[in-house]
Amino acid sequence: MKILVCISHVPDTTSKINFTDGDTKFDTNGVQFVINPNDEFGLTRAMWFKEKQGATVHVANVGGPETEPTLRKALAIGADEAIRVNTAATDGYSVAKQLANVVKDGGYDLVIGGRESIDYNGGMVPGMISKLTGANFVNTCINLEIEGENVTAIREIDGGKETLKTTLPLVVGGQKGLVEESDLRIPNMRGIMQARSKPLHVKEAVEASAETQSVTFEKPAPKGAVKLVDSVDELVNLLHNEAKVI
Amino acid sequence: MSILVYTESEEGKFKKIAFEAVSYAKGIADMMGTSVTAVSVNGGDSAQLGAYGASKVLEVSNDKLKEFNAEAYADMIAQAAKKEEAKVVVLTSSANCKFMAPLVAVNLEAGYVPNVTELPTGTAPFKVKHSVFTNKAFSNTEITTDVKVIGLAKNAFGVKENDTNVNTESFSPSLSDDDFSVNVLSVDKATDKVTIADAEIVVSGGRGLKGPENWGMLEELAATLGAATACSKPVSDMGWRPHSEHVGQTGKPVASNLYIAIGISGAIQHLAGINSSKVKVVINNDPEAPFFKAADYGIVGDAFEVVPQLTEKLKEFKAQNA
Repeated sequence: MKILVCISHVPDTTSKINFTDGDTKFDTNGVQFVINPNDEFGLTRAMWFKEKQGATVHVANVGGPETEPTLRKALAIGADEAIRVNTAATDGYSVAKQLANVVKDGGYDLVIGGRESIDYNGGMVPGMISKLTGANFVNTCINLEIEGENVTAIREIDGGKETLKTTLPLVVGGQKGLVEESDLRIPNMRGIMQARSKPLHVKEAVEASAETQSVTFEKPAPKGAVKLVDSVDELVNLLHNEAKVI
Repeated sequence: MSILVYTESEEGKFKKIAFEAVSYAKGIADMMGTSVTAVSVNGGDSAQLGAYGASKVLEVSNDKLKEFNAEAYADMIAQAAKKEEAKVVVLTSSANCKFMAPLVAVNLEAGYVPNVTELPTGTAPFKVKHSVFTNKAFSNTEITTDVKVIGLAKNAFGVKENDTNVNTESFSPSLSDDDFSVNVLSVDKATDKVTIADAEIVVSGGRGLKGPENWGMLEELAATLGAATACSKPVSDMGWRPHSEHVGQTGKPVASNLYIAIGISGAIQHLAGINSSKVKVVINNDPEAPFFKAADYGIVGDAFEVVPQLTEKLKEFKAQNA
């Protein structure tokens, strides 16, 4: 089985979010970038397939050279090869189109992406790749079993979960549950050394114009100070009469 | 030309988010000088959609669509959009809508923006505001394609009555075997509990509750309020509560009217997940807990004393206001 894991290069979850250039650009100053957490669950599941069932695992990303440390980390975790599509990630559709081109060229059986990236929260790239490549698609996937061409997947739905049956080729939008948090791997020194000599291919982009464009950003209005209360009577009174939520 | 809106239903009844989506679609239709067409699949009484501004309902009655199937539903919505020459397609932020939205967008060669919080700030160019960086910021985004797909954030717009005469029409999409290459084997849904996705009120617990055996008092408070229960990341990581209750950046976002956080210190990742909730209450014995800075109301105190008292007080309040 040949697996491609799509990796988003995102600000780590503790990052303070600021904008520059008249609130038109994300301020990367002092921000640590990491593998998108939802993608990391997918990468770890891909490693499980590699180790337990035999698979080749490639990782791909759309972005400039500054995203390569994130791809190297995926290689250090155990991916065999990395592909960077050399263009800026502008919107979900253009990223999906670049990655769909990687999928078509590479003949992958399984493509795993995160259910959404934690920066733009678009949640559209895996679904769009499936549509552009003609593969089946399962989103918000929390369990994935593959035997030959046959796939059993569990996805999270509002208020529960659903077990689905399908076949390869498949695109998965993964999340926590695909593997446990405790199964995530921290690259060890050997992995980091090996990653240096693993192939990282730079692929030129295909024509793919963006369909959406962020014009300006804004931050939520600052919050007023908390109203500390001494008794539950006062709290119930405020929730009823002031906040009007009960 | 019209605005097309997909209206979700369950067991023949429309969900509240369907009414919110129609209300929002009507808002766009008014801006663009057009009308709202709703798509209803094995749904409720179409006149209900008229009450929120739909003037036409395409009623789909198809046994193969009894269970949600992203590919088939996306094809159906794209066909309805083409038939109605819709310039804007409104979906919601439910798990099913987020599953099919990218498929609808590719089908229609349409730009898609999810988590939209307001009506467009303009329709030419077409610009919408949506939450990004897990509710830590908003982006004003222009959609440059002819057809636009909007994913409306939950509880962002509200339900607005707008009595409209509604015409119904049966609609039979043309579906092929390829639409059914992913099939549902089984559904495991908690039917007796309020879910985080549907809840107006969420009661959430953190490590301060000391162990899973102490969740009874939290569940009693939730039952009294008709609320869903949730938890912080460490709690789900330790297996005290299921992953599906984990609220935060890598868990679920919550956009409830009231969020009560008990024994949760308020890590930045957790706060990002609850930013869209309207009123936040924090109960914590540590007055320095960062969550107090993000809260509207707070009680500094021992959860094991405060929560049972609050439950009793709310029971009294409910009895008096019944």
